[in-house]
Amino acid sequence: MVAKSGDRRELFRILDAVKDPEVPVLSVEELGVLRDATVAPDGAVEVAITPTYSGCPAMHTIEADIVAALHEAGYPDVRVQTVFTPAWTTDWISAEAREKLRAYGIAPPSPRTGGDDELIPLLRRRAPEVVPCPYCGSEETVLKSEFGSTACKSIRFCTSCQQPFEQFKAI
Amino acid sequence: MTGTPGVALVEYLLRLGDDRLVLGHRVSEWCGHGPILEEDIALSNIALDLIGQANLLLGLAGREEGAGRDQDSLAYFRGEREYRNCLLVELPKGDFAFTIVRQFLFDAYDVLLTEALQQQSVHADLAGIAAKAHKEARYHLRHSAEWVIKLGDGTPESHERVQRALDECWRFTGELFLADAVDAAMQQAGIAPDPASLQPRWQQRVEEVVAAATLALPKTGYVQRGGRDGRHTEHLGIMLAEMQSVARAFPGGTW
Repeated sequence: MVAKSGDRRELFRILDAVKDPEVPVLSVEELGVLRDATVAPDGAVEVAITPTYSGCPAMHTIEADIVAALHEAGYPDVRVQTVFTPAWTTDWISAEAREKLRAYGIAPPSPRTGGDDELIPLLRRRAPEVVPCPYCGSEETVLKSEFGSTACKSIRFCTSCQQPFEQFKAI
Repeated sequence: MTGTPGVALVEYLLRLGDDRLVLGHRVSEWCGHGPILEEDIALSNIALDLIGQANLLLGLAGREEGAGRDQDSLAYFRGEREYRNCLLVELPKGDFAFTIVRQFLFDAYDVLLTEALQQQSVHADLAGIAAKAHKEARYHLRHSAEWVIKLGDGTPESHERVQRALDECWRFTGELFLADAVDAAMQQAGIAPDPASLQPRWQQRVEEVVAAATLALPKTGYVQRGGRDGRHTEHLGIMLAEMQSVARAFPGGTW
C-alpha cells in the first residue's frame, strides 16, 4: 500500500465529501457528527462519530459513506467508532453551516437555553420563540409541531409567505 | 446474587433498556394511526428516540454481561419473564388520551432519572447515554405535558378521557420509585440514584400539570409492582409475540 501522510487535516479534507444524507448541504464535520480521525499505529484510520439523536437512522449510512470515502482516497483499513461523550449539541454547528442550512430552506437552531422554565411552556406562559422564515425572512412564524420529518427537526409555518418549513431543534 | 455489582449492573441496564424498548414499541403502534398527521409523526419520532436509547442500553448490558448477547438477542430472544421493564410501559396503547397520559407520567420520571444519571453516574458509558437521552426526554415531556393540559382543559369528552387514563395509570407509577437490592447496589457503587429520591420532584411536576389541566389527582396509594422481577401483566407476552415474531422465524436474518 502507498503510504499516506495520515495527517489529520488531510483526513478531514477527504471526509468533507461525506454529507448528512438527510441534510445534504452539510458535511458530517460541519454538523458536528465527525469528532475525530487519526491513523492508528497499525495503519488503520480510526474515525470517531457521534449520533445527533439516539435513534438517528442516518448513522449507518454515514458510517458506510465514511468508509467508502476513505477507501477511495487510498486508506483500505478503516475503523469507525461511535462515541457518546460529550453528547452532540446544535451549538457545534458553525455560523457558516447555519447560513448553509438557511439557504437550503431549513431554519438554523436557536441558541440553547436548557433551564427547567422552558420545559413546559404552557405552564409558564412564556413568549414564543422568534424563528425567522428561511424563505422570506419574516418573523411571523408559528410552531406546528416539535417533531418533523427527522428526529432533529421541528415543523413551522410562515404566516407571511404561507410556506411551511423545518427548523433544526436546539438540543 | 443480584446484590453483587456486576450482576446488579446488568440487571439495572436491562431495566433501563427494557422500559424504553417496550414503551417505544407501544408508541410505535400509532405509526399510521395518529389522530392528525403531525401527531403521527411526533409519536413515531418519540418511538424512534426510545428504541434508539434501548439499542444503546441493551448493547451496553450485553457487553457488561460478557456472555455474547448483543442488543438484538436481548430484545428478540428473551421471553416475557426475562423482561425487566416496569408495568406502566407495557399497558396497551389505549386511546390517544391513554397514550399521552402514560407518556407524560413516564417522561416526567425519565427527565429526572436521565439528569441524575448524567450528573452523578461514575459509569462513563451510562452517563454518556443518559446525557443524550436527557435532551430527548425534555422534548418528550414538553410534548406530552402540553397535550395533557390541552386535552384536560379541552372539551368535556377530552377531559373525561384524560381523567380516566390518569386514574388507570396511577397505580402503576409507584413502581418507578421502588428500590430493591439492585437499586441499592447501584446507589452504593455510585452508578445510579436511589429511585425514591426522584419521587418528590416528579410528584410536584405531575401535580402542577394535573392542576393546569383541571384534572383531579387520583387518591389511591396502591402500588402495583412486579415488572422489575419479570412478573408482568397479561399484555406484555402478546406484545412480545408480535414484536419478536420475525426475528424468531428467521434467526440471524439480515436485510
